[in-house]
Amino acid sequence: MKSALLALFIREIRLARRIGGGGAMGVVFFLILVTLVPFAMGPDLNLLARIGPAILWIAALLATLLGLDRLFQADHEDGSLDLLQMADVPLELIVAVKCLAHWTMTCLPLVIAAPVFGLMLALEGPALAGVTLSLLAGTPALTFIGAIGAALTVSLRRGGLLMAILVLPFTVPVLIFGVSAASAASGGTVPFMTPLLILCALTLASAALAPFAAAAALRGGD
Amino acid sequence: MPVLCFPPNVRLAAAGLVLSRGGRTIVEGLSLTLASGEALVVTGPNGAGKSTLLRALAGLLEPESGLVSFETLDAEPDPVSTHAHYLGHAEALKGALTARENLEFWASMLGAGDGLSPVAALERLALGRAADLPAAWLSAGQKRRAALARLLVAPRPLWLLDEPATALDAAAQELLAGVMGEHLAAGGLIVAATHAPLGLEGARELRLGGAP
Repeated sequence: MKSALLALFIREIRLARRIGGGGAMGVVFFLILVTLVPFAMGPDLNLLARIGPAILWIAALLATLLGLDRLFQADHEDGSLDLLQMADVPLELIVAVKCLAHWTMTCLPLVIAAPVFGLMLALEGPALAGVTLSLLAGTPALTFIGAIGAALTVSLRRGGLLMAILVLPFTVPVLIFGVSAASAASGGTVPFMTPLLILCALTLASAALAPFAAAAALRGGD
Repeated sequence: MPVLCFPPNVRLAAAGLVLSRGGRTIVEGLSLTLASGEALVVTGPNGAGKSTLLRALAGLLEPESGLVSFETLDAEPDPVSTHAHYLGHAEALKGALTARENLEFWASMLGAGDGLSPVAALERLALGRAADLPAAWLSAGQKRRAALARLLVAPRPLWLLDEPATALDAAAQELLAGVMGEHLAAGGLIVAATHAPLGLEGARELRLGGAP
């Protein structure tokens, strides 16, 4: 069972690397958003530094949702999903491993790139660390919540937009606590740990619940 | 090919199956049993419910009523899905991975690593030379053969084959007949939906009703 899940993880990583350039796509999208904002806002460094964490978080949220609609759809179209349901491994674990692989290829590069992009938004040292840490703690929740939407829209040809509409409201708490953790790192009255711990709780809760919800949606999809 | 033996006392049983697609009942009150070493060929016109029946047997489609179970003598009846291979219209091959990588993945996902090695399985279906080509480069017939090789890398007693001979040339159809014969000889079970004769000797036939 362990080797089956490992094989699935390796397959997902391989596929992500060979199709669509793997993690590069999300990072480029992230970069585009982050570079556009200063042009739109004007050269006010103080303003930029104040809203910087929020911009980084919105960019990360959108970049995460970018490829998520294909999470199960590709397997549905080529028949792999049928076979995955017939594996010895429970579908819930398969969903969890697919989410993990997706996070590794999409969100982890964003987390790594965040300090560099933060510099472009005139963030100071503590704020950079805060944003990076909050993204590391919060983005898995985005992937898991998104997986539920991806599973619900698996059989729809152009389900990407519908998925985003379904999923975005549920990502709002993650966004709120993510940005407040990132802002708290650079000063203010809120201690840094409080929003960060809530963020961790959101990630853990979604990792525990989303695989069951997504697997149920996939089973009922036929 | 190593001679593999499945436990002799297994049985596929379906009782009182009612299947519907899109709110329309297509199969009503179907019962069947299949013991090890037996093959069942499902025939019928387009739209008669052959694929639907196979998907229901595989556990991929919830029947309106009725039960499908895979029985072994000494154990409780199991759901069929973990004992069966399902070969549908889609080949379940990832175009970006090579044929060998595809099979390696399915071998560890569907089996316990006691089947043929991916390369040996591809050679058995005369596809050894294409083992390291990306699956996207294979022709339709070659893809079909790679999908059939999946049945060999992970031994499972029940094969549910939906039009297995599609896109296969005469030589490959003979290979398929040979592979199916060996599977039956080893005590396996086959349910195949088909329009063309598959070369299964002594197979029972189930004819599903005409299209409405």
